[in-house]
Amino acid sequence: MATPDAASKIPVTVLTGYLGAGKTTLLNRILSEPHGKKFAVIVNEFGEIGIDNELVVNADEEVFEMNNGCICCTVRGDLVRIIDGLMRRKGKFDAIIVETTGLADPAPVAQTFFMDEAVGAKTKLDAVVTVADAKWLTERLKDAPEAKNQIAFADVILINKTDLVTPEELRELEARIHALNPYARLHRTERAKIDINEVLGRNAFDLDRILDIEPNFLEGEGHDHNHHHDHSDHDHGTHHHHHGNGLKHYHDEDMQSVALRTDKALNPDKFFPWVQDLVAKDGPNILRCKGILAFKDDPERFVFQGVHMILDGDHQRPWRADEQRDSRIIFIGRNLPEDKIRQGFESCIA
Amino acid sequence: MSDTQAPIPSLADRVRPVSAGAPVVGVHFLGQTPVFVLGEEALLFAENSERRVNAHAGAILSSASDGERIITGGDDGTLVETRADGARRPLASDDKKRWIDQVALGPEGAVAWSAGKTAHVRTNKNELRAFEAPSTVAGLAFAPKGFRLAIAHYNGATLWFPNAAGARPERLEWKGSHLGVTVSPDGKFLVTCMQEAMLHGWRLADAKHMRMSGYSARVRSLGWTADGKFLATSGSEQLILWPFDGKDGPMGRQPEIRARAEARAGVVACHPRQPVVAVGYADGAVKLVRVDDDALILARQADGQPVSAIGWDSTGQTVAFGTESGDAGVLAL
Repeated sequence: MATPDAASKIPVTVLTGYLGAGKTTLLNRILSEPHGKKFAVIVNEFGEIGIDNELVVNADEEVFEMNNGCICCTVRGDLVRIIDGLMRRKGKFDAIIVETTGLADPAPVAQTFFMDEAVGAKTKLDAVVTVADAKWLTERLKDAPEAKNQIAFADVILINKTDLVTPEELRELEARIHALNPYARLHRTERAKIDINEVLGRNAFDLDRILDIEPNFLEGEGHDHNHHHDHSDHDHGTHHHHHGNGLKHYHDEDMQSVALRTDKALNPDKFFPWVQDLVAKDGPNILRCKGILAFKDDPERFVFQGVHMILDGDHQRPWRADEQRDSRIIFIGRNLPEDKIRQGFESCIA
Repeated sequence: MSDTQAPIPSLADRVRPVSAGAPVVGVHFLGQTPVFVLGEEALLFAENSERRVNAHAGAILSSASDGERIITGGDDGTLVETRADGARRPLASDDKKRWIDQVALGPEGAVAWSAGKTAHVRTNKNELRAFEAPSTVAGLAFAPKGFRLAIAHYNGATLWFPNAAGARPERLEWKGSHLGVTVSPDGKFLVTCMQEAMLHGWRLADAKHMRMSGYSARVRSLGWTADGKFLATSGSEQLILWPFDGKDGPMGRQPEIRARAEARAGVVACHPRQPVVAVGYADGAVKLVRVDDDALILARQADGQPVSAIGWDSTGQTVAFGTESGDAGVLAL
């Protein structure tokens, strides 16, 4: 929720990426830039490369289930404890960076910020940043479900080590990432070299910033606004085809995104029970969702975002006169029942 | 809101203000001297003149006192003892500089602390013992009788007998993350605070479970009334007191409710001799609550600074408190 004190909360950036992709390189790059900011860094205990920072905490990635019978409502118990401890030194740092192990699932990290009141009161999740190895990601997407999770969950993706692949391979990889996660910001990097403003201060979980920071989010389905993309037809025999909505679908992917859109007003009394039922039943398979909704007779846009079964939504601002009153939702997840979701969504039209 | 309550009697204007200047994370008394444990580095001795004693090179994560000394665990990986004269003595340090998350003081000078999954005990004979918990230790408390240490962790708690070599620690299982632990003064019940807004308890004779729920937030502070009849807890917009006077404890019974307020109770501290509880609220108010009849005395006016720590001296003549924002005070009754 957009609380008045949101600005005073310490932003937390989560760095994920499969083993060897370049997470620690990115982390050290962020820390060594002359930005004048001070960071508290939470690293996993298996990290081998030194981190050059004053405040470094070793975490042991304890994923705890909440005792409410919901298997996907897991939190990182170590983060609850570490953030509580770090907040005693409030004022000594401006932001927190959490580096996960290569095998970590980002969801429990993200959920910690929504499930633990004390953590959520003092810190806010800024973005999940995933570093991918341009040369090896395609392989990892086949054999490592963790790598797929990290891509699907990300707000920002660095395709690193681009000097090790051909332009064709890179385009294919980007198309593939885009099919898994159409709303993440993609960046091509070598040795994780990137403007840190592309990584920090993203406000990716802030309802007020939905769309404002992602002007291309879901707009013009079938087009690709990432300037690295050219969407040329691929003729190198991979097993895919184009759907009408322009998102490429790979038949070997169990992870995909479902984008919904209508220009007809929705009925909130139908929509909320539907979406709550959907995440209650399919939440374990839904990694992320985001939406902007136009309700009948409602002058304001309603926005929501979610992680697995946790939904966060609020009225955002009045619709502008020059704005198309469309409702748009995207779900990213595993084995999503696309037809059922589409039918359910259409039944919410007022 | 609707019932216009008469303002409760106030002693707030008799409080001696103490400028802690940093978040207060603990309050203890060394003899008659109130000592505020600050979030970083120092202990503040608030005699007539204020005196800062540096204990750690970093955050202070936990503290405990037996009235003669305060022990603190820090994010600098050290366990430190500070005495009434301000003498500082390191008791232990973690070889990997891991945080000392939890500390507890036991009978005859025994000390317990934890770093990561390891709970350590130094006995009154200066022998060192260690116990590996199944996950990070999130709470430590000595049982009032015998030499037993209760350890809270993921999926339950463990009762460890540091002096009984070879004896298997007693594991009490309950799914979920247990973040604090206490043992009843009669030694019959063990209670943990959970990640969820609830407590879990076991009757130690038969490991029978007790679930204590209904809170609006995680319970972060609890304590036993002087007569041992009640477990006083934070985590709700009132003081919640679970009855432990019978052999079944709170099983099948409702808690007593006192000191209803608009703000949430964040800290509780039981008077050492009488059935009185000092309650600190998220809006800054501190109230002294008489358990028998819910008579209230205001000890600190609400001002928006969440109360973060309260402590009584051993006689119950003086109570001291501090806030997250670094305000503190001492009230002699």
